[in-house]
Amino acid sequence: MINISELAFRYRGRGSNLESSFSMQVQEFAVPLGASTALVGPSGSGKTTLLGLIAGTLRATSGSIIVNDQAITGFSDNELGRYRIRSVGQVFQAFELLGYLTVIENVMLPWYISGNGVKADIRKRAADLLLDVGLESKQSAMPGELSQGEQQRVAVCRAMLNNPPVLLADEPTGNLDQANKQNVVDLLVEQAKRNNSTLLMVTHDESLLNKFDSVLDMRNVAQPLEVKSQR
Amino acid sequence: MSGALFLGWRYLARHRFKSGILIASITLMLFLPAATRLLVQDSATALTARADQTPLILGARGSELELVLNTLYFHAETPAEIENRTFVEAQSTGLADFIPIHSRFHAQGAPIVGTSLDYFDFRGLHVASGRQMGLLGECIIGANVARRLGLGPGDSIISSPETVFDIAGVYPLKLTIAGVMEAAGTADDDAVFVDVRTSWIIQGLGHGHVDLAEPEAGGAVLSRRDGVVTANASLTQYAEITRDNISAFHFHGSAESFPLTSVIAVPPDQKNTALLRGRYQDNELLQLVVPGNVLDDLLETVFAVQNYVILGLAILSFATIAVITLVFLLSQQLRRGEFHTLLRIGASKGYVAILVASEIGFVFLLSAILAAGLTLVTRYYAMQILQTFLTL
Repeated sequence: MINISELAFRYRGRGSNLESSFSMQVQEFAVPLGASTALVGPSGSGKTTLLGLIAGTLRATSGSIIVNDQAITGFSDNELGRYRIRSVGQVFQAFELLGYLTVIENVMLPWYISGNGVKADIRKRAADLLLDVGLESKQSAMPGELSQGEQQRVAVCRAMLNNPPVLLADEPTGNLDQANKQNVVDLLVEQAKRNNSTLLMVTHDESLLNKFDSVLDMRNVAQPLEVKSQR
Repeated sequence: MSGALFLGWRYLARHRFKSGILIASITLMLFLPAATRLLVQDSATALTARADQTPLILGARGSELELVLNTLYFHAETPAEIENRTFVEAQSTGLADFIPIHSRFHAQGAPIVGTSLDYFDFRGLHVASGRQMGLLGECIIGANVARRLGLGPGDSIISSPETVFDIAGVYPLKLTIAGVMEAAGTADDDAVFVDVRTSWIIQGLGHGHVDLAEPEAGGAVLSRRDGVVTANASLTQYAEITRDNISAFHFHGSAESFPLTSVIAVPPDQKNTALLRGRYQDNELLQLVVPGNVLDDLLETVFAVQNYVILGLAILSFATIAVITLVFLLSQQLRRGEFHTLLRIGASKGYVAILVASEIGFVFLLSAILAAGLTLVTRYYAMQILQTFLTL
């Protein structure tokens, strides 16, 4: 279960000729355990920011985020790192596989970071995940040798390696064709259900919404307080 | 930690061309100054060690360095010759033990050193197989010569022709190998030792041929007058000294006028050393040198050059490090996305720092290992290289 209450976030970025700030506030927000939820809303409504806050890569200015009874808003940077490794699986729009690792090594990347568990067991788990997504023959291939759909399937396997209770996907189908979009979403939903993970996925594609248990429109849960960008 | 090391290693392995260039650059940067310093130090140690074991060298006036290098290392550049008379006269003073050296000829790439048996005692050389040379025309060869040419006792080795374009000149002499010396790790391992009289035969001062009184020499005899027989160039000379023809070998002229390249003098004490040095101090034809002093002068120059070389290499290393740092920083910028991914998955900043440090560490470690290996190999062959250089 993900519970969010009285959450506020303010961001102020600075570049050479660009200054922008972004703030949003979420009053109440809850995603039940094991459910798959699509997060929709217009650009700039704070979908990616919300995923970042839940993943712990962004820090809330105030309010609380409780993930499976853990108040992650009070975590230190190191605790957030451990939390991400143990409790959160993330799938990114651009796959973000490491080009110098083989497919199975990419799936095992969370283990290379955490070192938790026996390597042989983790390798078997990675191989099983690749078998599930039909990439068992590509274990030793490099990411550059795969199609985009295959790369995203590897990214899903990587996110699932540690059986995370929370699975976050930020527009994972943004770079895929229609057939691959359906496949990847089916895979995410299926893996989340199999693992009893809470899936929260950002998407702009309305054709995919029927695959989720619920749909949350950011406009109903969050209010962007200020969006300012000036050159 | 081990995961970061693994990722670092995989990154380098995947980009092996880039890594290879980095490693090669750093290897050279570490190897060149280290090898230069080691080579110079080892060479200096080896040079001075042999020089210090040789108290004094008597030779003709001229280049002291040529005289020392020829006597110690049988360097091909021969100094002006002295007469055997000098050796005889020096011996008569009783101020030291004197050992004649006649190092001018070669046999199959190895210097032929004409000397006396005292030389082997003086250098502490022992026969490993066979026996010490005893007869005219016999030789004893160094361990490296035996290994390089695959020769042993009973085999023979031929001296290089000295007068290729003179059909009536001195022909190569076939030397019988009486024994092979134990390896000493010095220039002696690369030499062929003969009795000094054999070296004079190689030079053509002595020879063997059929008795001119015999009928078969008739065609070569030009005249017989007052007991003096004059023969022409068709007279066949023996190219090998055997038990059968050794009695036919003889020298023309006085042995005192025969040449030597130098004489090693081994005085028993400082007093005799001083007396000997004084004796030859003002001699216009001869010089008595202390090999250690001569080589110290040479080494002073070598060390000065070495310092300039190392200074140049240091500047080059600084430039290399600057370029490598720049390449590395640019590489890190290009990899910001990768590091961001690691942080988003759950890596700490410390983990990313270890990853980057491990890559730098691997590059430097591999470079250091390679540089150390190259330095060891260079050091291993340094003496051989030096030896080759000195005998050239």
